[in-house]
Amino acid sequence: MEKAIQIENLSYSYPDGQQALKDINLSIEVGETVALVGPNGAGKSTLLLHLNGILRSDGTVTVLGVPLDNKSLKWVRSKVGLIFQDPEDQLFSPTVFDDVAFGPINMGCSQDEVRRRVSEALEGVGMEGYEKRSPHHLSIGEKKRIAIATILSMEPEILVIDEPTANLDPRAKGELIELLQQLPMTKIVASHDLEAVKALCQRTVILDEGQVVADDSTQSIMSNNPLLEGHGLAPRSGSSLKLKA
Amino acid sequence: MKHGFLDQYSDLDSLIHRLDPRTKAITTLAFILALVLTPPTRWYAFALYFALIALVVLLSRLPPLYVLKRSLVVVPFVLVIAIFIPFFKQGEVAGSYNIWLWQVNVTYSGLIVLWNVTIKAWLSVMSMIVLSSTTKFSELLKGLERLRLPLVMVMILSFMYRYMFVVVDEALRMKRARDSRNFGGKHIWQLKTVGNMIGALFLRSYERGERVYAAMVARGFDGNPRTLSHLRFQMLDLYFTACFLTSLAMIGTTILLGWGA
Ligand SMILES: Nc1ncnc2c1ncn2[C@@H]1O[C@H](COP(=O)(O)OP(=O)(O)O)[C@@H](O)[C@H]1O
Ligand SMILES: [Mg+2]
Repeated sequence: MEKAIQIENLSYSYPDGQQALKDINLSIEVGETVALVGPNGAGKSTLLLHLNGILRSDGTVTVLGVPLDNKSLKWVRSKVGLIFQDPEDQLFSPTVFDDVAFGPINMGCSQDEVRRRVSEALEGVGMEGYEKRSPHHLSIGEKKRIAIATILSMEPEILVIDEPTANLDPRAKGELIELLQQLPMTKIVASHDLEAVKALCQRTVILDEGQVVADDSTQSIMSNNPLLEGHGLAPRSGSSLKLKA
Repeated sequence: MKHGFLDQYSDLDSLIHRLDPRTKAITTLAFILALVLTPPTRWYAFALYFALIALVVLLSRLPPLYVLKRSLVVVPFVLVIAIFIPFFKQGEVAGSYNIWLWQVNVTYSGLIVLWNVTIKAWLSVMSMIVLSSTTKFSELLKGLERLRLPLVMVMILSFMYRYMFVVVDEALRMKRARDSRNFGGKHIWQLKTVGNMIGALFLRSYERGERVYAAMVARGFDGNPRTLSHLRFQMLDLYFTACFLTSLAMIGTTILLGWGA
């Protein structure tokens, strides 16, 4: 079966010399939901930005069998939908409609097609009727949903989400997890919210200091406490903060 | 946090609110153009212009006091710039004062320039306030775009509108964080802190700019702004434009005929 995403020997340094990724190798099957976990600064966001060519460097990224290069860039971006951590960055238009329509318009869809996709995407995230609202006046939970709709309207085959549950209250978080569970496409979720990861992903990849340090089923990784502790994903044993089991 | 200082009242419903943004943009422009071309000594004409705006305000159901208050905000700025003109312009002397060692003359032609600048600025601003309070900013942008304003300008305006509030919120949060750490002390030290805050705000905005651009590129943005528009002229727009332009033409006729001069 064709891989959804295949990453080979990917390294990346920011222009200021900070090495964020070191020799990453990773492959993700079509239909999988994979968590990318790791402490702050591990390189999760940097890796996600490589998946649709926002950042490029040596090493290869192959999407649905097509190597990412200048020629395939536009196609890859229509297949890989990237949802940024801060919806304030993702929603840059004066109205919700304009924002959800932005992707399809850039893809060259016809007017009717754009309208159809916008209303379907908003329906998909349970936000019908918000077309004319200004993103600024929405709650964080609503903004997150609209941010997802801006990607769904492009009808991507792979959904890449950075910290979906950051800043959400428990109810909004639960609703968002439910929403993500219902989306059928291949998903890659970067997070250090282990609760959300357990609910969403069958497979977990741990990233630390720019390297893949573990790649296994979520279940076995979550039960390996020393591993989690070693990479800043659980409080140190002996720490007074440790949660009672 | 909610802010409404730009297009407050734009979600009311009235005849004027229902007009196409293009209609409003064009009639506002025509109004300002007529205003600027009016000789300052046609006092009548200015009363008529004011009456015309007042009528539109009535039709728009905006609180008249609100429009008046907002429009007065610019008057000090205009005055600061124009207040000295009567003293420096040469011409027939209207009054002469001795201030300490100087003798100061006020001339009629100087006073007329002052009047000219102030009344035109005030009426123009009032018309802009009516425009922006009866039109959602997003609609106005769509209108400007359809009127062939370069798309890059439309985008800049739209980002300004979208992120102004975000930046204001950020600034308020920083101010609160500062205040909660019991900010006080010497004046010079305060200035330094304010300077740091402005610097931090600038950096954050710059970084946000990069992230927003990445989010646009991720959705297929290739440097060519494209949008979809749903604007459509109605009969109402035709009627309004016809009435408004006729009124302007009538005021223009009184000027040409020299009434009230
Ligand atoms: N724009 C940037 N310029 C320079 N360094 C950066 C930039 N963005 C992130 N980094 C650095 O790269 C590393 C990885 O960051 P990031 O991918 O954001 O981590 P994560 O998302 O896992 O928290 C960090 O050390 C961070 O400081
Ligand atoms: Mg991150």
